[in-house]
Amino acid sequence: MSNLDIILQQLANGLILGSFYALVALGYTMVYGIIKLLNFAHGDLYMVGGFVGFLILSAISGLLGESWGAILCSMVFSMLAVGLLGVIIQRIAYVPMLQAPRLSILITALAVSMILSNGVMAVTDGEYLAFSTDLSYDGLDLGNVFISYTQLALVIAACLLMVILYLFVHKTLYGKAMRAIAIDQDACRLMGINVNRIIALTFFIGSSLAGAAGVMAGVYYGSLHFSMGFVIGLKAFTAAVIGGIGSIPGAMLGGQVLGLLEAFGTQIPFVGSEWKDVFSFGLLILLLIFKPTGLLGKTEIERM
Amino acid sequence: MITTSAREKTGWLGWLQSQRNRMIVLMVLAAVAMVIPLVANNYMLEVLTNAWFYTVLCLGLNIVVGYAGLLDLGYAAFFAVGAYTTGILTSQFGVNFWLTIPVAVACSMLAGLIIGGPTLRLRSDYLAIVTLGFGEIVRIIARNLEITGGASGLIGIDRPSFFGIELSRGIHFYYVFLLLAILACFVSYRLQHSRLGRAWQYVREDEDAAEAMGIGRVAVKLYAYVIGAMFGGVAGCFFAVKMTAISPETFTFTQSVLILLGVVLGGMGKIPGVVIGAFALVLFPEVFRGLGSMRMLIFGIVMLIIMLYRPEGIWPQSKS
Amino acid sequence: MLLLEVEHLELSFAGLQVLRELSFDVEKGTIASLIGPNGAGKTSVFNCLTGFYRPDSGRITFNGRSILRRKPHRITRAGMARTFQNLRLFKSMTVLENVMSGMHCRTSAGPIGAVFKTGSQRREEELINLVSEECLAFVGLLESKDRRASNLPYGDQRRVEWARALATKPKLLLLDEPAAGLNHDEKQELIALILRIRDELGITILLIEHDMGLVMKVSEKITVIDYGAKIAEGTAEEVQNNPRVIEAYLGSEDEELL
Repeated sequence: MSNLDIILQQLANGLILGSFYALVALGYTMVYGIIKLLNFAHGDLYMVGGFVGFLILSAISGLLGESWGAILCSMVFSMLAVGLLGVIIQRIAYVPMLQAPRLSILITALAVSMILSNGVMAVTDGEYLAFSTDLSYDGLDLGNVFISYTQLALVIAACLLMVILYLFVHKTLYGKAMRAIAIDQDACRLMGINVNRIIALTFFIGSSLAGAAGVMAGVYYGSLHFSMGFVIGLKAFTAAVIGGIGSIPGAMLGGQVLGLLEAFGTQIPFVGSEWKDVFSFGLLILLLIFKPTGLLGKTEIERM
Repeated sequence: MITTSAREKTGWLGWLQSQRNRMIVLMVLAAVAMVIPLVANNYMLEVLTNAWFYTVLCLGLNIVVGYAGLLDLGYAAFFAVGAYTTGILTSQFGVNFWLTIPVAVACSMLAGLIIGGPTLRLRSDYLAIVTLGFGEIVRIIARNLEITGGASGLIGIDRPSFFGIELSRGIHFYYVFLLLAILACFVSYRLQHSRLGRAWQYVREDEDAAEAMGIGRVAVKLYAYVIGAMFGGVAGCFFAVKMTAISPETFTFTQSVLILLGVVLGGMGKIPGVVIGAFALVLFPEVFRGLGSMRMLIFGIVMLIIMLYRPEGIWPQSKS
Repeated sequence: MLLLEVEHLELSFAGLQVLRELSFDVEKGTIASLIGPNGAGKTSVFNCLTGFYRPDSGRITFNGRSILRRKPHRITRAGMARTFQNLRLFKSMTVLENVMSGMHCRTSAGPIGAVFKTGSQRREEELINLVSEECLAFVGLLESKDRRASNLPYGDQRRVEWARALATKPKLLLLDEPAAGLNHDEKQELIALILRIRDELGITILLIEHDMGLVMKVSEKITVIDYGAKIAEGTAEEVQNNPRVIEAYLGSEDEELL
């Protein structure tokens, strides 16, 4: 392979990875933007999404097979289910904590994350589940660069979801309410906006995007494990911070940037893939220290 | 009239308010802890040793979380730095165990400085993520370096001797960890009731007001962070020689969360609470052995219930 | 001698100009006031002085040294203490513990002293206690020292904040709307207390206030700002009759002037 081929191949890999990161990062950023809560359980919602998708796919495979139609169907149901789970979590765990000190909310979110991941572990006995599909291994063969149709479809689906989200947030009244609450919750309440319902809606949308990403990851990697939410949660948070936490376009951009950085990071000589996570986490730490507002984030009033 | 009503409490808690009565309880508890090994079997001894060990770790994290109000999700990293420093120095360079302690303490404090120095000015939720990332980085490094023994870790760490007695039996380590736990309680107590302890509380309650009173919040937090790291480092040293082998899988995120759970469960910032939390952490899975893989799930549920219904933890608040 | 000198201070947030070309000074041993309609930028001035905001440009000289862009705790250590417009007590701590926070920057015991209870550490603790009780006695709250701060009535909580600021042993005390929410009698006590702080403790005072009566009674020099810029300066009488001041107040808060 020539250098150019390697670059193109890693570009493709990076964009696919980045799409997953971006979808999960969106949920982080939306929830953070609206109630300033770092939802530790968000990565686990992604994991739950994968498992729900698996369950639905196994249930309907008799009727629809295991091809695109069935996958799409399971993805939609998984999004609904995980979105609902997100709202339930918000109601049970986060609503009572809104006035509590920040430390308490963070610990609560951590507890929810433990419950989700260990709950799935208990159900699955900690085993890997094979996410089998009937998708073909064909794809676009551009010389030495290969992109399967599955990969292509996943990226397109991810982009489609992001476009829909963008339109929703910027063109609908609900989206306007979300943006308004992010700025001033009390003023919104005075203006007659049902703040709690909009926050719940935000949780629903953010969680369902994570659910969709979970199903996609299942299709892409072909297996599921209860621990898969942990690392992606951290990485998606990194992506959200890269883009500027609270910014929706930022999360999309940040996801792609992180995906590309990781894809090309593995090409650095003498640095094996076992250091990949050190690379991402190190990047996150440096970013938080030196540019906590990210690429597209708004600068807060400067205080010392 | 007000001063008494604020202090007045009914039942055994009221009785505990008196300094003299508290000393009596402590003496009795210490005596019980001292004589238990004489009647306990090996299994019980092992479990109790583990409980004292977690007491030290939880008290260390309590300085960071309970006193200074900072969420640290990578505390196992400091414990790892201590354990690996002792492990490497004794097994690969043949250094005497007792000499490795100051080195390990220095290394873990340095780790606390490196990660805390630049990050303690961040918002608290960012700090939580940074510490989480740091914890993972330390574990992955330990997994991939040759000097740390890679994924299989270090084996054959020598048992230390103490005035000619080789510390090898369960009962030896019981007393070692009991002593460390008592020391940790003592140091925590003294720190809590000092100028620095008050400064931690000021910063925890209102950073801006504390800053306006001339308290440098970053410096004060850094103290908490580094002292907490020191506790973890010391515990790590003795852990390494007790186990004679350490592997990176001991220092996972789950380990950090467990230690945090001990602190939250017992009551953040309260020494007796944290000790009870550490014991609950160790004893619970032993008592309910059938739970097996459900352990962390139940811990998660317990943590959620505590945060929702009793955020001050098991141990009651001393001030009304 | 000038204790505080502010020159050409500029501050803006996201393009919004908050302070423009603001200059004023405070003579040592005086009581000076900063007044102006709501939103004129008075509290922003305080936040710049105490290091909570970073001014875009300008100079702030305190006690002969520049304190621009210094961290808030360093400024307090240099001798400038403040109170907050909305009470910012350490709510769950006792009154005495609250006041002890002020002595933090005048003491130095660290963790080693704490663990070994060294002689110097113990002497320092005694000193902290002593000074804090003195400050509480000064504002007349010594008998409440063991009460939880948040259980005190509003007016007393204000005085705890004052005692806390006094415990930092300041040269200059900044009071942010000290009379807000106080009734007539409490205001009279407040005036007496302000005068006592200056006369007995020799501390210079700069206050922001809405209550014109109080400002006119205690201050030797008044600086009036509007839209972040100085519009008048002088004694109470001079300011009162200044047409620009009357205009600024009539536009927004005429009832307060009456």
